[in-house]
Amino acid sequence: MQANDLAKIRRVISSNKRFDLMFAIAGFLALMVGVMAFVALFGEMVANGGARLNPDFFSSFPSRRAQNAGILSAWVGSLLVMVVTALSAIPLGIAAGVYLEEYAPKNWMTDLIEINVTNLAGVPSIVYGLLALGVFVYTFGFGQSILTAGLTLGLLILPVVIVSTREALRAIPIHIREGAYGVGATQWQVVSDHLVPYATPGIMTGVIIGMSRAIGETAPIITIGALTFIAFLPPSPISDVAPYFNFEWLWSGFTVMPIQMFNWTSRPEEAFQQNAAAAGLILVLMTLMMNAIAIWLRYRLRKSIAW
Amino acid sequence: MTTPEQNLPVKAFTRDFNFHYGSFQALKSINLPVIEKHVTALIGPSGCGKSTLLRCFNRMHDLYPGNRYDGEIILNPDNTNILDPKVDPIEVRMRVGMVFQKPNPFPKSIYENVAYGLRVRGERSRSTLDDKIEDALRGASLWNEVKDRLDKPATALSGGQQQRLCIARCLATDPELLLFDEPTSALDPIATANIEELVTQLRDRVTILIVTHNMQQAARVSHYTAYMYLGEVVEYGVTDEVFLRPKKKETEDYITGRFG
Repeated sequence: MQANDLAKIRRVISSNKRFDLMFAIAGFLALMVGVMAFVALFGEMVANGGARLNPDFFSSFPSRRAQNAGILSAWVGSLLVMVVTALSAIPLGIAAGVYLEEYAPKNWMTDLIEINVTNLAGVPSIVYGLLALGVFVYTFGFGQSILTAGLTLGLLILPVVIVSTREALRAIPIHIREGAYGVGATQWQVVSDHLVPYATPGIMTGVIIGMSRAIGETAPIITIGALTFIAFLPPSPISDVAPYFNFEWLWSGFTVMPIQMFNWTSRPEEAFQQNAAAAGLILVLMTLMMNAIAIWLRYRLRKSIAW
Repeated sequence: MTTPEQNLPVKAFTRDFNFHYGSFQALKSINLPVIEKHVTALIGPSGCGKSTLLRCFNRMHDLYPGNRYDGEIILNPDNTNILDPKVDPIEVRMRVGMVFQKPNPFPKSIYENVAYGLRVRGERSRSTLDDKIEDALRGASLWNEVKDRLDKPATALSGGQQQRLCIARCLATDPELLLFDEPTSALDPIATANIEELVTQLRDRVTILIVTHNMQQAARVSHYTAYMYLGEVVEYGVTDEVFLRPKKKETEDYITGRFG
């Protein structure tokens, strides 16, 4: 090329590259907004409530005296409700997702069901609370219990699990399916021996997202009547008389972390605000820990699945 | 390739067979024999219908909507029309195995890959599984390379090894007919040579129908060749005859590279 053509090209390239740099800076700033917001919120909670974090905070019941108040009933309640949520949403969600993706005929009725399922994910959570109040609390008679809360939150995150299951199944390449059918497997064998196991990392992603949302949901839990000041724990599932395991705890009254925080923030004393901040910190850490475990599990599973 | 004798038993054959993808007719009036314990090759340019025809033999098209079989494919010795709606495609696939173009081992261990076909047939005994798996892996010339790492993931194997694993997976279930759909097109030359040698060894054990776009491969491994074009079998015969003394001009044009 001629010398001045080359110089011209170089000028054009360097002016094009300016956009590269501009976007890199703008993108980084955009990212920082989110990160800084989280750091600020988290930092404020640590500053406010960090001092309150000691072992007796975890092992005390709430009290009218801020120094004695703890989150025992709240974190146990949250944990038990999460267990019921997971046990109700995961099997139902996977089964529904597998059915929609693999078995349902591709017609307008299936399309209608799909649209409705995706829309359910956007329904405000308090509506689920109202539904649960009418159906679980009164009609089925489960009362204002851990069972009701777990089932309500299970319903809440069900669409997320269904959609993740379908996406994960769709991601399985066709040659794996053909290989399985080619050996003489029935549809159920292909689904249970191959598709669901290979889709598990993707399904877990949906479950993580769902559970993270569920642990912080307050509106539906208040609606179904979680108690805000309880000084008792649900009965232990394990006992030393036969049959050694019981389901009494499902029917028990309870409270959860967000409600305990809400209860404390609505009190004027500064010390209760501190407690609320400390509880918030714990809630965030519980969520992060749940996510971390699930992400680690997903990482381990993903390593052994490759195509 | 030695010329086989006349009047050999026919393992499978198609009778006036047509096939439609929706409204498009992909196969027209196919009458093709597949001779028992020999290798039959299907050659032809892209889009001629050879893979489509191959996939009819194990009812793969049933997996997708909108396909229509028209005619018969008879499997011997029981003279069953495998395309009959009353015949269960699962049963057909238990008798007819397939090796695909892209090696597709399951994301499981090597052992579980070969065991899967046996498990699907209800085999539970660990010792029987062990024996049959070793037999299959030996038959696929893979045993020595993997015998110490049967529990390792199959996807860690090289492309050629994965394809041999897929062959072992089929062999474990003792199929009557083995279909190869361009088995070496995704492999390097050395792996290709290994697979070709394997096909040559397997032909005494099982009837083979192989689709290949590589004419030299067809000439090397097969006893019989069918040249297909636009959904029809233009010429069928003993491989040497088809390649050296083709009866139709279209065949000769394709073989000599004048087109395709």
